[in-house]
Amino acid sequence: MTEQPVHRLLGMTDGEYESVVGILDRPPMPAELAMYSVMWSEHCSYKSSRKHLGRFPTEAPWVVVGPGENAGVVDLGDGWLAALRIESHNHPSFVEPYQGAATGVGGILRDVFTMGARPIALWDQIRFGPLDNPKNRYLLNGVVGGIAGYGNAVGVPTVGGEIEFDAGYTGNPLVNVMCLGILKREQLVLGTAGTPGTMAVLLGKATGRDGIGGASVLASASFDDESGAKRPSVQVGDPFEEKKLIEACLELYEKGLVVGVQDLGAAGLSCATSEPAGRAGVGMEVDLDRVHTRESGMTAPELLMSESQERMMAFVAPDKVDEVLAIADKWEIDSAVVGEVKAGGTLRISHRGEVVAELPAATLADNAPLYDRPAQRPDWLDEVQARPGPDISSHDPADLLRDLLDDPAIGSSAWIHEQYDHMLFLNTVVGPGSDGSLLRIKGTEKGLAVSTDGNGRLCYLEPRIGGARLVYEAALNVAVTGARPIAVVDNLNFGNPEKPEVMWQFKESVEGISEACEALDIPVVGGNVSFYNETDGVDINPTPVVGLLGLADPMPEVPPRISRATDGMELWLVGPEASANLAGTAVQRLLGDEPGGIPTAPDPAPARNVIALAADLAHTAPVLHDISDGGMAVAAAEVSIASGIGVSVDVPIAEIFSEDPHRFLIAFESGSINLPPEARKVGVFGGNQIVINGSPLDLESAASSYGEALPRRMR
Amino acid sequence: MTTAVVVFPGTNCEHDVVTAITQLGGSARLVWHRETDLDGYDSVVLPGGFAHGDALRTGAIARFSPIMEPVARFAEEGKPVIGICNGFQVLCEAGLLPGALIANRDLSFICRFIDVEVTDTATVLTNKAEPGQRLRIPLNSYEGNWVSPDGEGRVVAKYVDDPNGSTDRAAAVANEAGNVVGIMPHPERATDALLGSTDGDVFLRSFLSSLVPV
Repeated sequence: MTEQPVHRLLGMTDGEYESVVGILDRPPMPAELAMYSVMWSEHCSYKSSRKHLGRFPTEAPWVVVGPGENAGVVDLGDGWLAALRIESHNHPSFVEPYQGAATGVGGILRDVFTMGARPIALWDQIRFGPLDNPKNRYLLNGVVGGIAGYGNAVGVPTVGGEIEFDAGYTGNPLVNVMCLGILKREQLVLGTAGTPGTMAVLLGKATGRDGIGGASVLASASFDDESGAKRPSVQVGDPFEEKKLIEACLELYEKGLVVGVQDLGAAGLSCATSEPAGRAGVGMEVDLDRVHTRESGMTAPELLMSESQERMMAFVAPDKVDEVLAIADKWEIDSAVVGEVKAGGTLRISHRGEVVAELPAATLADNAPLYDRPAQRPDWLDEVQARPGPDISSHDPADLLRDLLDDPAIGSSAWIHEQYDHMLFLNTVVGPGSDGSLLRIKGTEKGLAVSTDGNGRLCYLEPRIGGARLVYEAALNVAVTGARPIAVVDNLNFGNPEKPEVMWQFKESVEGISEACEALDIPVVGGNVSFYNETDGVDINPTPVVGLLGLADPMPEVPPRISRATDGMELWLVGPEASANLAGTAVQRLLGDEPGGIPTAPDPAPARNVIALAADLAHTAPVLHDISDGGMAVAAAEVSIASGIGVSVDVPIAEIFSEDPHRFLIAFESGSINLPPEARKVGVFGGNQIVINGSPLDLESAASSYGEALPRRMR
Repeated sequence: MTTAVVVFPGTNCEHDVVTAITQLGGSARLVWHRETDLDGYDSVVLPGGFAHGDALRTGAIARFSPIMEPVARFAEEGKPVIGICNGFQVLCEAGLLPGALIANRDLSFICRFIDVEVTDTATVLTNKAEPGQRLRIPLNSYEGNWVSPDGEGRVVAKYVDDPNGSTDRAAAVANEAGNVVGIMPHPERATDALLGSTDGDVFLRSFLSSLVPV
């Protein structure tokens, strides 16, 4: 065996190592090398993506905190703020699905309550290979169990999300979780170390050897048959510790006892010391002997790299330290004063009486490498885009609909969301299984709507169109609850960025998301990038996921629901004329065709009108429903099933399965609502059948296909 | 007339219970589990959540929290004590209610609206209900399956359809005197039409009215 230099074992290139030597003007000590290796990992430094992330529009008058902090923060008016963030835990979830997903929930919660906010809701976006493979069933079971196990016990409801299946996710499932918190303006806290003399207090769980190198070893490398050996790099979650930590931190904020707070996630103490110091332009002295540990004999690099969960670093004025420690004691969490902020920019860390690191704090974040990786349009894309779309003219539309309802990505999500507490806090007005979730803010007339959307197939066929359509779909999803879009967070899941084709997909997706956000005047307030989603050299479909926040102010008194259609109501279609283009649709997938063609491009002008109109109609219409997977046929069937009443729909067959953007369905009593002249009546409710162009499907059997799509595959 | 809503580390439904009681005109305050008396309170709610992280067994640690001594005295004196979900589990562990709560039959967490039927109206939680009245409230538990090997316990509300394997389809169980009641689904989550149901009001109104001395 050839002896590898240590920096390579830590995932660092020779060039990066040379940069460290240049900064320090000497070879790094082991602890220093450990710190640079985690902070300069792809996961922490965004070294391959940073150049492109600058493309996102990030400004709007209502943005309080944009990208770069632990979470984005926007102004909701009347002194209320919302904090939001999305993050992936893809690689850990493949290695150990339950703990991988659980700690993903824990991490995203800390990002949000670090800002001073109480986390009020979670959304999960999960993607797996097909369920006929037992490994994929095992992963789905484990991931849902982990989200439920952690989310329920930590006491934050999971109120929505989405699921997608594709062969490409078999070796590499995607687990993204979004969290939303709310706070009063005066409770906002930032990740700053404050001024010299401020004390650093480490709160929460004792530090152990779990998760060492999680960011550099797991999250920033690809997978092969040896991945099981990486299991020790997966952290283990403890929702009870996190629950106590949340309550303790909220009490600290309420009493104004902290100057700043930084959570310990990826890169652990390395990040929680250097980032707040770097942001504040100060240095810090840290004594690792004071860190409370649950294993003996941990070395300095281990202490600095550990990703033990449920820990926070609070920066506290010296005269407030006793009160902070007393509150930690009340909530039965451990605490330790581990450092002091110093003038100048040096981060000096000692362990067992010796200085083990002495470096300019800001260089861990600011001097991280920045790569302009080559990007090139894949040469296979022309052939893929030239494939003809599916020909469905000879199919019975009712048969197609029944099979679509039986698709586990389209059928009811109840098997998943009934394992999640989705009602805690008494805020869930519209919960899982609808277009967007709608939460009330008690004591106000405001409602917050969230939709999370991804679509790997669309992005595979044309990443710019795909990226843009995610934003438009999410915006319409929140609009049908009565909200107008105010902020986006994104989770960019891609393959190996060292391949020019993957980098091109990444750039194009970012461009599409940016163009759509600009067209709708929505700022991007934060995000996460997950690269190296490849197994044995095969990359996943490019899968950006968008989490979009909408504000309804006032919230509709009786919001539309897909369950409110009644006998005799008319069904109308609002939005631009659909094309016959079925590229990237659920029908194309259903018929077993290879994905092919170019998906219909979004069109900003009608999009803006349709979104605004939907948000207005939500105050009067009993039923509004966005058209997406499976087209108008599935959308109408979902209303019919949820309301327990049949429906008859008449439109040309290609159009009824089209997933063209900017279109929604509305149901109402004849004559009770005025629609613009281009709206078309497409059906009427009544009876106990779903009739598509004269072809009937028994409502009971449709409901059974829809309800059983997921559970029957999981038994 | 003030209700003590007990907060253990890991409890998470305490604010929801206070919201629901306040909305019905009652008065409720949070009481930390390390408190040793309940002076000034007329009734007790042990709310839902994961007291002490459900370590060992649901409620197994919570029964030793200092607050449980005055809660037990309260119960003996015939004052109203209810436990919702995890609070029900704590009451069973503490021996204030018979039986025990074990994992759901299908070994899966269940969060959804279910229908219950009130079968006994002579308790602090059901005195405003009609016998046989059906109410729609959310269930939210993993260990929601009540078992009573000795056949003890007054079942005061039953699930209409059996979601979790509970003995006798029990959704709520009272002590002999009817002043201590545990209920597995959450009445406080069904107190606003905007959120899907107001049927939980029937239980909480019963509880609040039981505070008026007879």
